[in-house]
Amino acid sequence: MALNKTQIAQRIAREVKDGQYVNLGIGIPTLVANYIPDGINVEFQSENGILGMGPFPFEGEEDADLINAGKQTVTLEKGAVLFDSATSFAMIRGQHVQLTILGAMEVSERGDIANWKIPGRMVKGMGGAMDLVASADNIIVAMMHANKAGESKILKECTLPLTGVNCVKKIVTDLAVLDVLPQGGFKLIERAPGVSVEEIKNATQGKLTIEGDIPEMVF
Amino acid sequence: MAMYKVVANVEVALDGVQNGMTFMLGGFGLCGIPENAIAELVRRRINGVTCISNNAGVDDFGLGLLLHNRQIKKMISSYVGENDEFERQMLSGELEVDLIPQGSLAERCRAGGAGIPAFYTPAGYGTEVAEGKEVREFNGKPHILESALTADFAFVKAWKGDTAGNLIYKATARNFNPMMAMAGKITVAEVEELVPAGELDPNQIHTPGIFVQRIFKGVNYEKRIEQRTVRQRG
Repeated sequence: MALNKTQIAQRIAREVKDGQYVNLGIGIPTLVANYIPDGINVEFQSENGILGMGPFPFEGEEDADLINAGKQTVTLEKGAVLFDSATSFAMIRGQHVQLTILGAMEVSERGDIANWKIPGRMVKGMGGAMDLVASADNIIVAMMHANKAGESKILKECTLPLTGVNCVKKIVTDLAVLDVLPQGGFKLIERAPGVSVEEIKNATQGKLTIEGDIPEMVF
Repeated sequence: MAMYKVVANVEVALDGVQNGMTFMLGGFGLCGIPENAIAELVRRRINGVTCISNNAGVDDFGLGLLLHNRQIKKMISSYVGENDEFERQMLSGELEVDLIPQGSLAERCRAGGAGIPAFYTPAGYGTEVAEGKEVREFNGKPHILESALTADFAFVKAWKGDTAGNLIYKATARNFNPMMAMAGKITVAEVEELVPAGELDPNQIHTPGIFVQRIFKGVNYEKRIEQRTVRQRG
């Protein structure tokens, strides 16, 4: 069975390493914070000016002055720090934030990502995504393998306006975990429980390398 | 002796504001926006303006109020979701829009206030943001040249301020306010609490008063929450 959004977040959480500063994008990536394994200590950065972001507040304790980059009310962990937007993006551009997890509309074989614009239809802006993907050492994309029309989002070339080039390292979809190879192309790492290699191959438009037995994810 | 930057109210604070000017407005979403200054711009029907602001408010609050009245000619922002009227005006071509990466926006404002005319950043390389911009490689990585931004007026919102114009922001309401305060030819600060110079701890001040030309105590803050998210006690 294909993974649901929560399971995609759960699987990505296993990629987070102890001691990392991590930026989570809006949507599925936000859920990753709920599944960090025991013994792994991380701090979440929110680009609007928080390091050490905590969970949502209890009802009645919301503070309009304390939100995350998705404009949701949040709390601070012990040892958290607040700062302005220029300092925040110094942390990002300066590669002090080590891991970025974000959503995408398309990813290409070269690790190009498109996630901010559909010409003539949807233009919300890139927010901090262009700075994030141009900077972090490790970028993991959380997304559905295909769009609502059933077309692959894992492509040879992106068709939508790009957010960044040659930057995505790993993709976790509802069907599979894929690495983006340094020389280009995708490598199948794991498949969702009960999803066959054949299904994944058919849902992937870009070049896909399959070596040996591909393990199923375990939850 | 400390400078004295206090003006009586928002009307005096916006003295000299004219049609066609460029404004910077602090805030992230609706968090930390200069609510009083926006209300006054709406009241005076200041038209044909260029607004530099990370977001464009929502349909019925923040910069959405100016958009609703078609007072804005051009927006320079990084993210404009959550605002249907904005999207409509942009897609129909009524509104000129320059979308730029959030970190570049912050740094361009900072540069404008810091006397740095331009800088190189990796953000946006290989995308449409880079079109027409100089590309240069540093340490094997391509960067694009981004220019500084300044404004005729910068409108910022702080938590506490003193009569010398020194400002302290609260939590994530800080966001773009400090950089925009630096980049305004005239920076107008509205604060929730206004105290005599000497009462704020100099160690704790975020924006030094040298960047602020006018300060006033704001009124009737609504501080609307865009996404009220909570967890269950348990």
